[in-house]
Amino acid sequence: MADNPYSPHTDADRAAMLDRIGVRSVDDLLTAIPKDARVKQLGVGPGMSEQEVQAHLEKLAAMNKTAGSGPFFIGGAIQRRYIPAAVPVLALRGEFLTAYTPYQPEVSQGTLQAVFEYQSLMAELLAMDVVNSSMYDGSSATAEAALMAVRLSSGRKKVVLATEVDFTYRRTVRTYARGAELDIVEVPTADLAGNADGAACLVVQHPDAFGSLVDVRPIADAAHAAGALLVQVTEPHACALLEPPGALGADIAVGEGQPLGIPMSYGGPHLGIFACREALVRQMPGRIAGQTVDANGTRGFVNTLQTREQHIRREKATSNICTNEALAAIHAAIYLSLLGPEGVRAAARAGVARAHSLAKRLAAIPGCRIANDGTFFDRFTLATEMGGWDLRLALLERGIQVEASASHYVDGKRRGRDDVMIQCTELTTEADADALVDAVAEITGSRQTVAAR
Amino acid sequence: MTTVTGAPVQRAKRASQTIPDSGADTHGPALEPLLFELARPGRSGRHVRAEKTGDVPEKFARKTPLRLPELTEPQVVRHYTHLAQLNYSVDAGMYPLGSCTMKYNPKINDRAAALFADLHPRQSYRTTQGVLALAYELEQLLLKVTGMDFVTLQPQAGAQSEFTALLMFKAYHQKRGDAATRRRIIVPDSAHGTNPASAAMCGYEVTTVKSDARGNVDLEALKSALGPDVAGFMLTNPNTIGLFEERVREVCDAVHAVGALVYGDGANMNALLGIARPGDLGFDCVHINVHKTFSTPHGAGGPGAGPLCVKAHLRSFLPKPWIVKEADGSYHYDTAREDREPERVGDSIGKIGKTLGNFGVLARAYTYMKTLGEEGLVETGRDAVLAANYLLALLRGKYDVAYDRPCMHEFVLTAARQKKQGSSALDISKALLDEGFHSPTVYFPLIVPEALMIEPTETEPKETLDAFAAAMIRIAERIEKDPAAVHEAPTKTPLRRLDEVGAARKPVLRYRPA
Repeated sequence: MADNPYSPHTDADRAAMLDRIGVRSVDDLLTAIPKDARVKQLGVGPGMSEQEVQAHLEKLAAMNKTAGSGPFFIGGAIQRRYIPAAVPVLALRGEFLTAYTPYQPEVSQGTLQAVFEYQSLMAELLAMDVVNSSMYDGSSATAEAALMAVRLSSGRKKVVLATEVDFTYRRTVRTYARGAELDIVEVPTADLAGNADGAACLVVQHPDAFGSLVDVRPIADAAHAAGALLVQVTEPHACALLEPPGALGADIAVGEGQPLGIPMSYGGPHLGIFACREALVRQMPGRIAGQTVDANGTRGFVNTLQTREQHIRREKATSNICTNEALAAIHAAIYLSLLGPEGVRAAARAGVARAHSLAKRLAAIPGCRIANDGTFFDRFTLATEMGGWDLRLALLERGIQVEASASHYVDGKRRGRDDVMIQCTELTTEADADALVDAVAEITGSRQTVAAR
Repeated sequence: MTTVTGAPVQRAKRASQTIPDSGADTHGPALEPLLFELARPGRSGRHVRAEKTGDVPEKFARKTPLRLPELTEPQVVRHYTHLAQLNYSVDAGMYPLGSCTMKYNPKINDRAAALFADLHPRQSYRTTQGVLALAYELEQLLLKVTGMDFVTLQPQAGAQSEFTALLMFKAYHQKRGDAATRRRIIVPDSAHGTNPASAAMCGYEVTTVKSDARGNVDLEALKSALGPDVAGFMLTNPNTIGLFEERVREVCDAVHAVGALVYGDGANMNALLGIARPGDLGFDCVHINVHKTFSTPHGAGGPGAGPLCVKAHLRSFLPKPWIVKEADGSYHYDTAREDREPERVGDSIGKIGKTLGNFGVLARAYTYMKTLGEEGLVETGRDAVLAANYLLALLRGKYDVAYDRPCMHEFVLTAARQKKQGSSALDISKALLDEGFHSPTVYFPLIVPEALMIEPTETEPKETLDAFAAAMIRIAERIEKDPAAVHEAPTKTPLRRLDEVGAARKPVLRYRPA
């Protein structure tokens, strides 16, 4: 009997295989390995039955407080949204789930067409010319956008990031920049245009990390006037209601595709959206599916423009990316095709409507105000007299989960804003909103009472 | 007709479905229309309720038309079901794609991962103790399997892990004060393309060293390439020829002797499971492709996850934050405790993505490791080696072997003989599709002409290995008689050979709605 439950070999099979090879044991095949390096014991403990493993994992899962278990307002790039039942049923079919990169297009048309359709749907949503088949996530997509802009700039190494870009993205850009030794400058969104000189690109987020709407066009104009590219970080649902990156002058648009039917899963696997203007496609990172015909003239799809990629160009490739997030792209395509234009707009409008209604109620509480610069989309920052960290903790004690905006400024020390951030989506209920309003009133009220004594 | 692998040899084409307005360069019926071609204005589902409010200010409102297709749910379900049926997959049959470790993907892994679906990465550590416990335990398991000291779970794929490690090398040399002079990374000529690409992304020059006649890194060539300007050496072991590097310790010693570091590309770690540990062989770090070694599904191209395991001297450069386990069994992060000032980031290279990377993939890998346990993991490496050597023994007569010595988990054939007869590795790969199998990796590694890189994995039964070998032998015999016989292959697949040159020359990268 096998020790690995997925091993098909009987003792007789093993004996017959060894016999055919002409050795007495597998050890005879391992003579190239230094004897003293052979493992005696891993020390990982005994295996479990499937039933035991399931119970063990359930026990671990029970130690978490899920987003759906109470009022939940954490969001940003990663959002708790409604996932139609058909999305996982289709996307997790074994034919998609257990295939790999479509190296043999004749037996991979399902993947290739689904990815081609994802590229087409996403290009429509963003109003961009070309979308690649996926990056790891929004943060690596943003970093790769900066690297691409530097390659296209013929010699510039300055990348100007708005401080209102999601902090994970900014930190990831900084990490990636250590490789090419780029000069990363962070300035408030309002100062982006004034810092375009000598930059390879300006990176703006709209709606920004705190939910504020940004007037992107003048920033794009300033970038272009200085010979720089405009990289816009965006969100898929926002693009259904807001003028999309392609209409705002973005040369490269990136973002996190997770809200399109992909579970949050504590951070991944998610979907890095990467789009650009057609003229820039030869410098684009990542795989791209393209249309072609087969020997009979029938329409089909292949991975194309592969001379950009590492398996062909090695150190001259546009990126090192190989394994990507194709399955997440398929999730997103199924989501978009199920919801259609009206459904995506409806989901997006629900977030906007609930955020604005909730903000109004919270702002009416003494000592509370909305701290966004100008109009916001479907999330906002709530400033109170107590710090964001403390309010977050007090809310958590009441079973309500929010994010502290100060976490966007952690870089060895706390600085900047000290508010909480409130994200709404179509899953935010009236009861959730009531609970938050009551709790904030109670927490800040009791604090005021204490202060008054 | 099906083979023993269960993969249908010939799938019915849905010829009744034609492209409504197919455009200029298509002649035959489409296999499946595009979503856009199936859509009609006014069709829709009702997945979320329409909102009366939620207008955005006119200045920002979308004026660009949103031309997404309008479809009903039944149409969408049929569309993706039809597309799925056009794919080959591990669930359907043997997928001997060398270097990709296309082993069976246990279904319990997917169900386990779903238990962690409704968690946001920015939740407080107080609400994610189960996540942190799983991640911490997974870290310990990975360290035991690799023989390393510390690990980061952040990298979301092998290539991102390579990049992370090389950034750490750079930081390590910076800390020692000689980063400015260490400008080169050395890779063997058999290396994966991601290795030189990752090095270039780190701003390094790439030097390639050749392999010797036994398929090892040429130690003399390596020594002459090494010098005080070298930052590191990247080595896959077993290498991409499927062979264990016979002088791996001397190789690592030579690299260390000039003050450089050795990167272990763990793409082929499945071969070493329970047999040897990179940490005992001289590597300074190694990444793990959990989508290969630890059975997480490859998802039609991704997701994967690429934890990076390092020796103690590289610890301080690891991405932050790190998971901390307290004496009371609770967990938190070292940089983000809400109730105290975060610790300094110190030497860390920073963040390369979300805190715990592709956690949903890592949860699958953890489930697999817990299922197999000590005995199962040890057996996995041995069975992978057994299967590859068995298949090699079956094929040795009809195909030339690039470097003929006992292989590890995979081996590389050359179709040089068949090339002389008038057929290529590409022809063979396409003929295999007609036989109901996925093709091996072809034309890689680059040092083997007409390479066919075959990795059967430990989960294919002997009868499937026999059937695959029989198919390969049939193809070789057909080529001996009439090389042209496979030039037209495949003929039984949903589509015939596709025009890749045309696709690149006149790129059509999206559908453009009218």
